[in-house]
Amino acid sequence: MDWKRFGFIGLVIVVLLGTVVMIGQVKQAPLLIITSMLATTIAVATPLTLGALSGVFCERSGVVNIGIEGMMLAAAFFGWLSGIYMYHIFKLPPPVCIGLGVFFAVLTGGLMALLHAALSITFKVDQIIGGTVINILAVGLTGFLNRQLFFGKGSVFGGTVPSSPGVLPTIHVPITELFGGICGGAASCLENVQAVNRVFDQKPIAMTAILLVFFSHYVLFNTRWGLRSRAVGEHPKAADTVGINVVMMRYANVVIGGLFAGLAGAYFTIESVPSFEPLLTNGRGFISLAAMIFGNWTPIGAWAAALVFGASQALLINMQIFRDVIPPQWAFLQESYIVGLTPYLLTMFILTGVIGKTTPPAADGVPYEK
Amino acid sequence: MSDNTTTPQVVLEVRGVSKQFPGVLANDNINFDLRKGEIHALLGENGAGKSTLMNLIYGLHRPDKGEFIVNGKPAVIHSPNDSIALGIGMVHQHFMLIPVFTVAENIMLGDETVKRGSLDRAAVAAKIRQISGQYGLDVEPNAIVGDLPVGIQQRVEILKTLYRKANIVILDEPTAVLTPQEAEDLFRIMRDLTARGVSIIFITHKLKEVLAVSDRITVMRGGRVVNTVTPAETNSAQLANMMVGRQVILTVDKQEREAAEETLIVENLTVRDQRDLETVHGVSFSVRAGEVLGIAGVQGNGQTELSEALTGLRHPTGGKVTIAGKDLTGKTPRAMTEAGLAHIPEDRQRHGLVLSYSITDNMVLCDYYRPPFSQRGVIQPKALDDYARRLIQAFDVRTPSPFVQAGKLSGGNQQKVIVARELSRKGVKLVIANQPTRGLDVGSIEYIHSEIVKMRDHGIAVLLISAELDEIMALSDRIAVMYRGQIVAIVNAKETTREKLGLLMAGAHAETA
Repeated sequence: MDWKRFGFIGLVIVVLLGTVVMIGQVKQAPLLIITSMLATTIAVATPLTLGALSGVFCERSGVVNIGIEGMMLAAAFFGWLSGIYMYHIFKLPPPVCIGLGVFFAVLTGGLMALLHAALSITFKVDQIIGGTVINILAVGLTGFLNRQLFFGKGSVFGGTVPSSPGVLPTIHVPITELFGGICGGAASCLENVQAVNRVFDQKPIAMTAILLVFFSHYVLFNTRWGLRSRAVGEHPKAADTVGINVVMMRYANVVIGGLFAGLAGAYFTIESVPSFEPLLTNGRGFISLAAMIFGNWTPIGAWAAALVFGASQALLINMQIFRDVIPPQWAFLQESYIVGLTPYLLTMFILTGVIGKTTPPAADGVPYEK
Repeated sequence: MSDNTTTPQVVLEVRGVSKQFPGVLANDNINFDLRKGEIHALLGENGAGKSTLMNLIYGLHRPDKGEFIVNGKPAVIHSPNDSIALGIGMVHQHFMLIPVFTVAENIMLGDETVKRGSLDRAAVAAKIRQISGQYGLDVEPNAIVGDLPVGIQQRVEILKTLYRKANIVILDEPTAVLTPQEAEDLFRIMRDLTARGVSIIFITHKLKEVLAVSDRITVMRGGRVVNTVTPAETNSAQLANMMVGRQVILTVDKQEREAAEETLIVENLTVRDQRDLETVHGVSFSVRAGEVLGIAGVQGNGQTELSEALTGLRHPTGGKVTIAGKDLTGKTPRAMTEAGLAHIPEDRQRHGLVLSYSITDNMVLCDYYRPPFSQRGVIQPKALDDYARRLIQAFDVRTPSPFVQAGKLSGGNQQKVIVARELSRKGVKLVIANQPTRGLDVGSIEYIHSEIVKMRDHGIAVLLISAELDEIMALSDRIAVMYRGQIVAIVNAKETTREKLGLLMAGAHAETA
């Protein structure tokens, strides 16, 4: 990860924040805008971060995974569905249902990944095709079950979507309590500290994702597991000749990637909003892959790139908040379909390689033949 | 080398090993033994079963019959892990190194030192420095392997085996990728290793090397052991006969010829490489019809860029190239071939063949668009097929059918396809052959050499670029020596010696050499 790339990421985030500050400052103090936008950025970057980590594990071990989108979607659905089941059928208390929902979402991601691993490692199916199969399967399966279970004749829940057990709570990081003292009781100062605090008050999956970024980076580059995983993704035969089980390493890493994608899926229906709708992942699995590539297949780089996409989504949200104060010469910013293009335009721009080329693992996407 | 006055200790014995692959008996009742501290060469042509035997010893395949005795005990070898545990290490012909990893990471892979969950890079680097000091294998543990020259990468491979405490080291065609200097260095390392009690199996098909470094030589042919001899009781010709199973002519017969007009004229040619560095600095020479001009030189002195510029693969930045009277400077490969150029490229797999195409299609890569292969823009399969079958026969390409993909052929047969295509085209006036026999076995080398001489005898100009000094000396009428992008001397082949050329190749001036 070179400085050019990090510089670009920093620049884009500053530009996005600056735009919102310039427009919104008539209504709100800049610090409040910046902190609230940063908080949103971190939150909405969560599935992208986890998706990118998922890709890093798969591809570092040599398996291309374009099925992350599908894994997320399936996990979002089954995590949400299992929460509802636990809540309404088994009458478990909401926190337990939410926890089990997360568990089943992660499990779904793992199982979908196991399918991808079997297709691409054991059966040596073209990995792009395998990933596409996962994506189509997820769209079909979730759409079908969603309709069968909740809508139409004879559906299990009788034609209505029952209330879900809710979403994961925000965890308060006691920054105001610890550092509020420096204000000496000045109310405006205390307000600022509270605003900063809001950046750190995130929900559990968002926090876990950030911890996982650093943990993954450490595992990949400083442990035996990481060295071997990267070896099978670079030159599987070399790994084989020193006694490393290439097939096992690849399976394990693809499934680990699936667990990450599953957690990303849980973000949508268990952390963000307590509902499911068909196709709700909306291409974020693919944007994750762009983040992974822009991050040069490193967890920290991928996270930085995911934050850019997060910031551009935060821009969209804030443009709606400040819709009525957008100056007339910038009227195009009122149109959410234009602002909403930002992450996709960024993806295309980044993948052109103008900001420096990245190098995938040498054996990425190549089945291993003894 | 090894002391034979006492009964030598046998560290590895192969007893009656056979291995059947679909369609071939790759190893047929092989008996072989390796003594402590010796260099035992395993000599044979491609496909003789050398690599199969080594893969069996290293545990990459399992034998159908027979047994291995390691240090006096019967050994079970089912995987590389088993052989590593028995102290057997292997340096593969195609290096098993990960270019983006450091030397230390490559060496420790599979046998990592871990401290509290983290890789202990410092401890590994220290151990590597200690081993490399002990055996005179200078390598920087923190260097990225992909940045290292091939010779150093090979040291990393050898260190990899020593790091795992191997006392039996298998070197599979180790000199195939090395320059003569690097090969000399390798031989020194091999002798150092044996002096410290390591035993080496040295797989090769190069006769000279075998005679120079081995203590004993086992020759294989067609999956069987032909004989085991010592260098003192044999010579090149005898070894070649054992390898090929018939009389082989190691020297090339050439008739005296009066050289005629200049077919290729190169004036003041400058060429830049892909990093935009000038690697050929104003080179001038000419090749006459009916002569072979050899370009000698250590690899990487501009030969690649020179030959690319002469064949249309690279634009020269200055100077002039004239072929058969036409100025073809910077023209396309097609313009050059139409003017009468036949090109045997350096890298047969990248520039010589389309590996996924059939032999037939590869045979007409230069002429497919011309009659009789195309009529009014439509390919004529019958014409292609007839032509391919004729060339396969004439050039003795060993293949079950002309439809076989070129990538499925052995290296020697691939090269024969290229030679057949290039030398059979109509109107060839100039042949540029770059490393035409690299990596080939004795039989194929003999064949390709005779074809090149045949072209010369038919009055065609030949430019031969080769890192093999023996090849240059055997085939050339005149020899140009290339050093750092310049031709430092052009000498008459009959009036020079290996030593003189060696000095010129190392950069000595023509007057002092």
